[in-house]
Amino acid sequence: MTIRDICGYLDAEVLCGAEALDREVHSACGSDMMSDVLAFVKNQAVLLTGLVNAQVVRTALMMDIVCIVFVRSKKPGPEIVAFAEENGLTVLTTDLRMYEACGKLYAAGLKGNGEIHE
Amino acid sequence: MNEPLTFQYAVDGDNFTSAGQASVQVKKVLRRLGLDPETIRRVSIAMYEGEINMVIHAGGGEAEVRIYEDSIEIVLRDSGPGIADIDQAMQEGFSTAPDNIRSLGFGAGMGLPNMKRYTDSMQIESTVGVGTTITMRVDL
Ligand SMILES: Nc1ncnc2c1ncn2[C@@H]1O[C@H](COP(=O)(O)OP(=O)(O)OP(=O)(O)O)[C@@H](O)[C@H]1O
Ligand SMILES: [Mg+2]
Repeated sequence: MTIRDICGYLDAEVLCGAEALDREVHSACGSDMMSDVLAFVKNQAVLLTGLVNAQVVRTALMMDIVCIVFVRSKKPGPEIVAFAEENGLTVLTTDLRMYEACGKLYAAGLKGNGEIHE
Repeated sequence: MNEPLTFQYAVDGDNFTSAGQASVQVKKVLRRLGLDPETIRRVSIAMYEGEINMVIHAGGGEAEVRIYEDSIEIVLRDSGPGIADIDQAMQEGFSTAPDNIRSLGFGAGMGLPNMKRYTDSMQIESTVGVGTTITMRVDL
């Protein structure tokens, strides 16, 4: 699945990183608690969250996550978007709630593949 | 043995917005040094958790990263309240974070367990009322 496909499934708006829409993603996680996200390393992953602050972007950077999806119509401020953009992340926002957004991506074949780092 | 390449950062405890900045810097440094991506990810996640802990639980502190030939050492030092029961603090899900911290996305009680999981060794020295020093090592 590509980030462009995600935009389609979630009817999402692209806030930055549109040049990377054809990037492949292999896994995803959805959480508002950053240490839950940090417990599961995945490659070329997407983070879905309802939390909006700079730590979401920093968490994504620490994890090498490639795309952040803000759910429930959350829109980060311009400084957060600029910070994500500088660091090569694609940021999307969707009107869907967390459960629905995760459900749609899962049903479309994007699995969790959460592996606790040993 | 050569002196390790050392990087130091002051971690501001009064400003949550900046929490995690030092770890972002360290990740950039490690990339520039050309270390392997998995090692970089482990070091940066462990440091990030520890850095956030210093901000939310200890009013800030200092971070030092030392790059040796065969390992990377991360030392996080604060003069916060200390940890009374380290075994309890290490349990997944244990947290004393108040609701306002949870609403910022932290307080799941996963930080210390994550730090242990991502590193090859971790030592916590803590004295109630004096502070906490956490030393972590990732082997190269
Ligand atoms: N530097 C510190 N100084 C004082 N207490 C600390 C420090 N670091 C951790 N603690 C204590 O240990 C507990 C567990 O820490 P841990 O990082 O595992 O979870 P958390 O920070 O509460 O939540 P999370 O990391 O999931 O966001 C904290 O709630 C706090 O009581
Ligand atoms: Mg923590």
